Amino acid sequence: MATAPTTTRDLGSADCVLDREGLDALVQALRARGRTVVGPTARDGAIVLAELESAAELPYGWGVELEGGHYRVVRREDEAAFAHSAGPQSWKNFLLPERVRQWTADRGPDGEMTVRAERHDPASYAFLGVRPCDLRAIAIQDQVLLGGRHRDDAYGARRTGAFLIAVECVEPGATCFCVSMGTGPAAGPGYDIALTEVLDDAGHRFLARAGTPEGAEVLAGLPQRPADAVTRTAAHEAVEAAAGRMGRTMPSVDLRALLADTLDAERWNDVAARCLTCGNCTMACPTCFCTTTEDVTDLTGDHAERWSRWDSCYDLDFSHLHGGPVRSSGRSRYRQWLTHKLGTWHDQFGSSGCVGCGRCIVWCPVAIDITEEAHALHQEALSKGGPS
Amino acid sequence: MSAPEPARPRPRLGVFKFASCDGCQLTLLDCEDELLGLADEVDVVHFLEASSAVDPGPYDLSLVEGSITTPEDAARIRQVRAASRHLVTIGACATAGGVQALRNFADVEEFREIVYARPEYVETLATSTPIAAHVPVDLELQGCPIDRGQLLEVITAFLAGRKPDVPRHSVCFACKRRGIPCVTVARGIPCLGPVTHAGCGALCPSYGRGCYGCFGPSASVNLPAMIPLLRSDGMSDEDVLRLLRTFNAAKFAAIEQGSAP
Ligand code: SF4
Ligand code: SF4
Ligand code: SF4
Repeated sequence: MATAPTTTRDLGSADCVLDREGLDALVQALRARGRTVVGPTARDGAIVLAELESAAELPYGWGVELEGGHYRVVRREDEAAFAHSAGPQSWKNFLLPERVRQWTADRGPDGEMTVRAERHDPASYAFLGVRPCDLRAIAIQDQVLLGGRHRDDAYGARRTGAFLIAVECVEPGATCFCVSMGTGPAAGPGYDIALTEVLDDAGHRFLARAGTPEGAEVLAGLPQRPADAVTRTAAHEAVEAAAGRMGRTMPSVDLRALLADTLDAERWNDVAARCLTCGNCTMACPTCFCTTTEDVTDLTGDHAERWSRWDSCYDLDFSHLHGGPVRSSGRSRYRQWLTHKLGTWHDQFGSSGCVGCGRCIVWCPVAIDITEEAHALHQEALSKGGPS
Repeated sequence: MSAPEPARPRPRLGVFKFASCDGCQLTLLDCEDELLGLADEVDVVHFLEASSAVDPGPYDLSLVEGSITTPEDAARIRQVRAASRHLVTIGACATAGGVQALRNFADVEEFREIVYARPEYVETLATSTPIAAHVPVDLELQGCPIDRGQLLEVITAFLAGRKPDVPRHSVCFACKRRGIPCVTVARGIPCLGPVTHAGCGALCPSYGRGCYGCFGPSASVNLPAMIPLLRSDGMSDEDVLRLLRTFNAAKFAAIEQGSAP
C-alpha cells in the first residue's frame, strides 16, 4: 500500500488511514517517546496483554472462541490484528497491579522508627488495542480510585500519563454485551487515538482519529493517508454490524432497581449451588478493584512493609469482622458481587460497575453467566409481580 | 520512640515429627538465606533433623509435622502440647492425616498382614488423624510439602507478635495474580485449584498442569459444583475419587460427607 506524505492534522478535524506499516510506526513512535507499549499478543494458549517491542508481535491472524467457562485461540482466515475480544487480563493488571508496596518502616539502632511512604514513580504506558468496553472500565476505575477523597496514588502515577489507543470492535465475542451496557462497540470518550480495523479487497488498514492533542501529534508523525469514503464507510458499517451481533444481552430494565428488589430471590440459592467461590470472576473483571493489606516484617522485626494486594468479595475472610466473616455463605458472596456490580455501584460511584466485556462469563470455570443470572432475577421478579 | 528494649531471652523453637516423610521440617533447612538470621532470633532447642540434642521444653513455638497413627504418638502429642506456648502444625500429614490416612477408608488389619513379615511387631491405630483431632492447635499450615515462604511468614509473624498472612482462599487467586491463563478454561485441563487452599503460588498451573490439591481444601469448598467440572474435563468418577483421595484425603472426605472442615 502506498504511503502518503506526512501531514499535520488538527485535533478532531479529520481522520486518516494507517496501514500495517503505519501501525509499526505508531509503536516505534510511542517507544521513541519513552513509553512502554502494552498490547495483545498470542502466548500461553491465550491472547494476553504484554509489553510490545513492535507491532509485529500483535496477534495477526488469531481470533478467539469464547463461551461460558471456555476460551480457545483459533487461527483466522484473514490477518486481522484485533479480531479478538477481551482476554484473560485487562488493563487493570498494569494500572492496578496485584501487589503494590505502600510504605516501609525501619527501626534504627537507637530504637527510632522511620516510616517512609512509597514513592510511586510515574509510569509511561501506551496501551494499544483498548476495546471500547475496557476504555469505559478504565474510566470507572478512575472514578473509584481517583475520584473520591482518598486517592490511590500508585494508581494515579500509572494512570495519569497513560496513552490510550482504542480499537473499536468489529468482531464481538459470544460472551460480549457492551451494547446492553452502553459501552461499545464504538469507542466512547477517553482515548488518545481510536482505530477501526478494516480488512477488505482494498487491503488491510486502520481508520484512525485522534481524541487528544497528544494523539493528534503522534498520528501526524506517522506514515498515513487521508481517509477515503470507502474506508470510512467500511469502518462505520463494520462497527454498526458488530452492534447487532452481541453474544449476550442484559434484560432491558433498570438493573439497579432490579437488584435492589430481588435481595430475597430464590435464584441466589440456585447460583450459590453452582458457584465455586473461587474468585476468578472478580480478578478477571476490569472494574473490580478490591484489595486487602498485607504486612511484612523481617526476622529481626526492625524492618516492616505494608503492601496492598488484590482481594475479592468471594474470599471468606474478605468480610471478616470481629468474630468471623459477615458473608459466610456462598450465596451471600455471589449476591454481594452481583448487587454491587449492577446495583449499588450506581449509589457509590455514579455508574454501573459492569461494562459488558464478558470476562467473568468466560473465566468462570463453571460458566456462571452474569447476563443469565440477571435475566433469571428479572423473570423471578416478573413472576412475583414485582417491577418489570 | 523510647530506648531499645532490654535484651530478652530468645524464643525457644521446637520441631517435632510424627507419622510423616520429614519433607516439611526440611523446608526449614531449605530457608538457606534466612537460616542464620533465624538462628539469631530463636533458640532451636529441639530439631532432630538438625541436631540430636533433645530439650524437654517448654517451647515458645512448636512446629509439628506428621499425623497420629500409633497409641504412643497419641500420648506424645499431648506432652508436646503441654510444653508448648504456641503450636503450629505443618503439612498435609499434620493438618489432614496425610496420604497415610487412606487407611481410614480401608481395613488396617489387612494392610498389616499383607505388608509386614511379622505383623505382630507392628502396633498401629486404625486411622491416621491430624494433630488437631488430638490437641488444640494455634495454626495449621497446609501443603505437601509446605511452602517455604509461608513457613517464614509464620515464624516472622510469631516473632513480631502479629497475625500471620496465610490466606485461606483458592489457588485461582494465585493464577489470576500471576497472570496465568486458567488451564481449565483455556485448555480444558482438569484442575482442583478452585477448591484448593492457596499457598503454593499456583506452582502446577504455572507449568501448564492442573492442581491436584496438595495444599488441601480452601476455606470455602463447593464439591458438588467442582466434581461435575472435573468430569466434563474428561475425568472418570474413579479419577475424581483418586484426585480427592491423596495427601489430604481425610479432609476432602469430611467435606464430601458434609462434616467439615
Ligand atoms: S462484571 Fe463481567 S462482564 Fe461486567 S465488566 Fe466485570 S467481567 Fe466484564
Ligand atoms: S461466579 Fe464463577 S468465577 Fe466467580 S466465584 Fe463463582 S465459580 Fe468462581
Ligand atoms: S497447584 Fe495444587 S497440587 Fe500443585 S503445588 Fe499448588 S496446591 Fe499442590
